[in-house]
Amino acid sequence: MIPFILGRLVKAGFILLAILVFNFLLIHAAPGDPAAVMAGEAGAADAKFLADLRERFGLDQPLYIQLWTYLKGAVQLDLGFSYRQQMPVSELIASRLPATLLLTGVAFVLSLVLGVTAGVAASARQGSWGDTIISMLALLFYATPLFWVALMASLVFSVWLGWLPGFGYETIGAGYTGIEHVLDVAKHLVLPATTLGLFFMAIYMRMTRASMLEVSRLDFVKTARAKGLKRSVIQRRHILRNALLPVITLAGLQAGQIFGGAILTETVFAWPGIGRLMFEAINQRDYAVILGVFYISGAMVLLFNLITDVIYVIVDPRIRLTA
Amino acid sequence: MMKPFRIAVAVMAIALAGPLAAQDGEPQAGGTLNVVIQPEPPGLMIGLIQNGPTQMVAGEIYESLLRYDFDLTPHPQLAESWEISEDGKTYTFKLRDGVTFHDGKPFTSDDVKFSMDVFLRESHSRTRTYMEHVESIDTPDPLTVVFHLKQPFGPFIGIFEPGTAPMVPKHIYEGTDFATNPANNTPIGTGPFKFDEWVKGSYIHLVKNENYYIEGKPYVDDVYYHVIPDAASRAVAYETGKVDVLPGGAVENFDVPRIRDMENTCITDKGWEFFGPLSWIWINMNNKPLDDLKVRQAMMHALDREFAKDALWNGLGKVATGPLSSSTRFYAGDTPDISYDPVKAKALLADSSYNGETIRLLGLPYGETWQRWAEAVKQNLTEIGMKVEIVPSDVAGWNQKVSDRDFDLAFTYLYQYGDPALGVSRTYMGNNAAPGSPWNNVSNYQNPETDKMFNEAAEMAKPEDRRAAYKTIQDQIVADVPNLWLLELGLPTIYRCNIKNPVNTALGVNDGFRDVWIDKK
Repeated sequence: MIPFILGRLVKAGFILLAILVFNFLLIHAAPGDPAAVMAGEAGAADAKFLADLRERFGLDQPLYIQLWTYLKGAVQLDLGFSYRQQMPVSELIASRLPATLLLTGVAFVLSLVLGVTAGVAASARQGSWGDTIISMLALLFYATPLFWVALMASLVFSVWLGWLPGFGYETIGAGYTGIEHVLDVAKHLVLPATTLGLFFMAIYMRMTRASMLEVSRLDFVKTARAKGLKRSVIQRRHILRNALLPVITLAGLQAGQIFGGAILTETVFAWPGIGRLMFEAINQRDYAVILGVFYISGAMVLLFNLITDVIYVIVDPRIRLTA
Repeated sequence: MMKPFRIAVAVMAIALAGPLAAQDGEPQAGGTLNVVIQPEPPGLMIGLIQNGPTQMVAGEIYESLLRYDFDLTPHPQLAESWEISEDGKTYTFKLRDGVTFHDGKPFTSDDVKFSMDVFLRESHSRTRTYMEHVESIDTPDPLTVVFHLKQPFGPFIGIFEPGTAPMVPKHIYEGTDFATNPANNTPIGTGPFKFDEWVKGSYIHLVKNENYYIEGKPYVDDVYYHVIPDAASRAVAYETGKVDVLPGGAVENFDVPRIRDMENTCITDKGWEFFGPLSWIWINMNNKPLDDLKVRQAMMHALDREFAKDALWNGLGKVATGPLSSSTRFYAGDTPDISYDPVKAKALLADSSYNGETIRLLGLPYGETWQRWAEAVKQNLTEIGMKVEIVPSDVAGWNQKVSDRDFDLAFTYLYQYGDPALGVSRTYMGNNAAPGSPWNNVSNYQNPETDKMFNEAAEMAKPEDRRAAYKTIQDQIVADVPNLWLLELGLPTIYRCNIKNPVNTALGVNDGFRDVWIDKK
C-alpha cells in the first residue's frame, strides 16, 4: 500500500504542474488583464496609471518569464500575491478554505448518506409507490439547475417563511461565541449545503438503486437466499457492499465536481469560500488567485481519487493496488 | 496687489447645523447601520484605490477639505473657510482647529500639503492631472494652506472631496512605499467612522469616531458593509431585514419596484450630482460607415430613450441632451435636438453611405439591465434598417475590446466629477484618442475648434466666461454626434424610512453617514 501511495503522490505532482501550466496559458489567453479591470473600476485612468499597475503586477514581462516566475514559486508552495486583494494568495485561500470545506463536506456527506439510503430503500421494493416517488424526486433534483434551486430555496425558506437565513456564513454583528456560534453557522449552512447536495444526492440515489438491482440478480445472492439468510443481512452484507463500488468511484470523481458547484452556491448564498473567491478572481483577472485556487482544488481532487482507490481495497479485498 | 474676494461665505455655522444635513425630527444617537457593498473593495486606502466600493466605505474614514451639496456648492469640512484670489490663481484654505486623525495625532496644513503635493501626485491618476495646474503649496501656519496655481483652473474648488483629494496622515506615509505601507490595511483618516475589522468575503465593520470634531456626530454607533455577490441575494438581504441600505445599483432594476413598495421603504435618486453618471454608446469613427455624420445622426434619432428610461430604469434618471449631465456645472439644456424620430432617422440613413453593413454592438457587462438595453438598441436600429449584432463579453473582455477599438458601437457610462474640465473634456479631446485606454476619446472625435475651446474654458477664472464657452462646445459636439447619448442614470438609493439622512451630499452614501441617525420609534 505504501509504495502505491508514494507512487501516486509523485504522479500527482506532475499532474498538478500540468494543471498550472495549462491554466496559466488559458487565463492569459482571455482578453483583458487585472490592471485594466482595476483601472476601470477607478472610473478613469491614464496610460501612466495602467503602466504603473502592469509594472507592479509584473505584467510587463514576457509571458514565459511570468510563467517561470510563477512555477518557481509554486513548487516552493509560494502561490504569489494578489494585488487586487493586497494579500498573499496562500493567506487568502487559507482564510476562505475552511468555509468551503465545511460547505462541500456537509453537502458531500449529506448527498452520499441520503442518496445511498434512498437508493437502497427504492431498490428494496422495486416498482412500489415508494420506489416511484423516490425515483421521481431524484429525477427532479437531477434535472433542476442549481442556481434555480438556490434562488427558490432562498425565496421560500428565507423571504416567505423566514425560517432560515438566506445569505452569509454567520449573523454579522451578533458576536456569538461557543455553541451559539456553532448553531448560528449551522443555521446559515442549511440552505447552501442542501442546495449543493441535492443534485449529487439524486445521482447517488439512482446509481445505488441501479447497482443494487443489478447485484441482486447475481448468483451469489440467490445462493445467500437459498441458504436462508435474512433479507436485511443479504441487502446489507451481500448486495450493498458489492453495489457500492461504482458509487465510490462516482463519489471520488464528484468530490471535485462538488467544488465546481460550490462556485455557484457560494455566490448565490454569499458564502465566503474559495468558490466565490475564484468566481470573483476570474471576473477581475486576478491571475495569482485563479491559479492558486486551481492548485488547491486540483490537489484536493487528486487526493480524493487516491482515497477512493484506497477505499476500494477496503470495500473489496479482491482488488490489488499497483502504483 | 491681489484683491481677494470671498467665494464662499459659508463658515462654521453651516458646518455645524448645515443645510447638507436636512433634519427630519430630533436626531437620536445609537444603533447600527447595515449597508450592502458590491463588489468587495480591493482595499480601503482611498489615496491608492479609487474604485466605487472603496470610495463608498473609505469616504466615511477619510475626509477632504470640503463637502458639496446637491447643487455642487462647496461647504466646509476640514477647511472652515476659503478664499480665491480675483485672478483665480491663489486658493487659501483656513483649516478647522482641533481635528485629529484616528490615531490621535493632529491634522494640520502639513498633512494637506503632503497629501496633495506628494501622495496623490504619485498615486492618484485623476488628481495627478489636476495637480499639474498647481505651481506650489504654502503652509504659513498649521491651520492655513495656500495653493498657487500656474494659471487659473476653473474646476479647482470642485476637487476637494474624499475620492479625489483625501487627506492622508503624513506621519504614517512620509518616506514609505505608499503601495506597500502596512497601514493600508488599517486605514487612518479624520472621518466620522474608524476602521475596525474586515472579514474578507463577509463584511467590513466601521465604528464611531468618538473624538470626531463635530460634537454629537456621528449619531450611529457603527456601520456594517455586507459583501453579497449576487444581485438577487442582495434584494433578499433587504427583504429579510438583514440590511437597511441598498446603495444605487445594488439590486437589478427589475427588482426595484417590488422593493420600493415594501413597508417602511424610502427611495431617492439624489446623491449622484457630483458623479453625474452619463451613459452613452461610443461610435467607432475609425470604422466606415460610422465616420459618416448622417449615419450617426440617423442612429441618434433612432433610439427611443424614453422607452429605455421607463422600461429598463423604472422611470428614474433623465434622457440625456448631450455630452453633459444636467447636474454638471455649465450644463446647457438648449443644445440641438437629438430626440427620438424614426422617420427622420430612416430618411437620414437612406441619404447616407450605409450599405447594409453589420454593425457590432458591444454591450456593457454590468448585469441584466444593460443586456436588455443592448437588445432594445439593436431593435431600434433594426427598425430603421440597420443590421446589428450584439457582442457579449465580461468586464475584462469589455475593457480590452474598447481599449483596442475592436467594436463599432459600445455601451459605456462615465462619471463627470461635477465639471466639464474634470469629467467631460477627456471624452472629446482630439489629443486624448490613442488606443490603449477605454476611458479616453474612444470614438476618436477630432475637432480642433472644440479642443481649443475646452483648453481655454478650463483656464478661465470667471464662471460666467466658462458658461459661455461650454455652451458653444456643447452645441458643436451635439451637432457632430460623436457618441449616442442615452440617459443620465438614475441610480436609486433604497433604505428603510426610519434611517434618516443617508443621502445628504452630492456624493450620496459615499460621505453622508456623518449625519445619519436611526429613528427607533
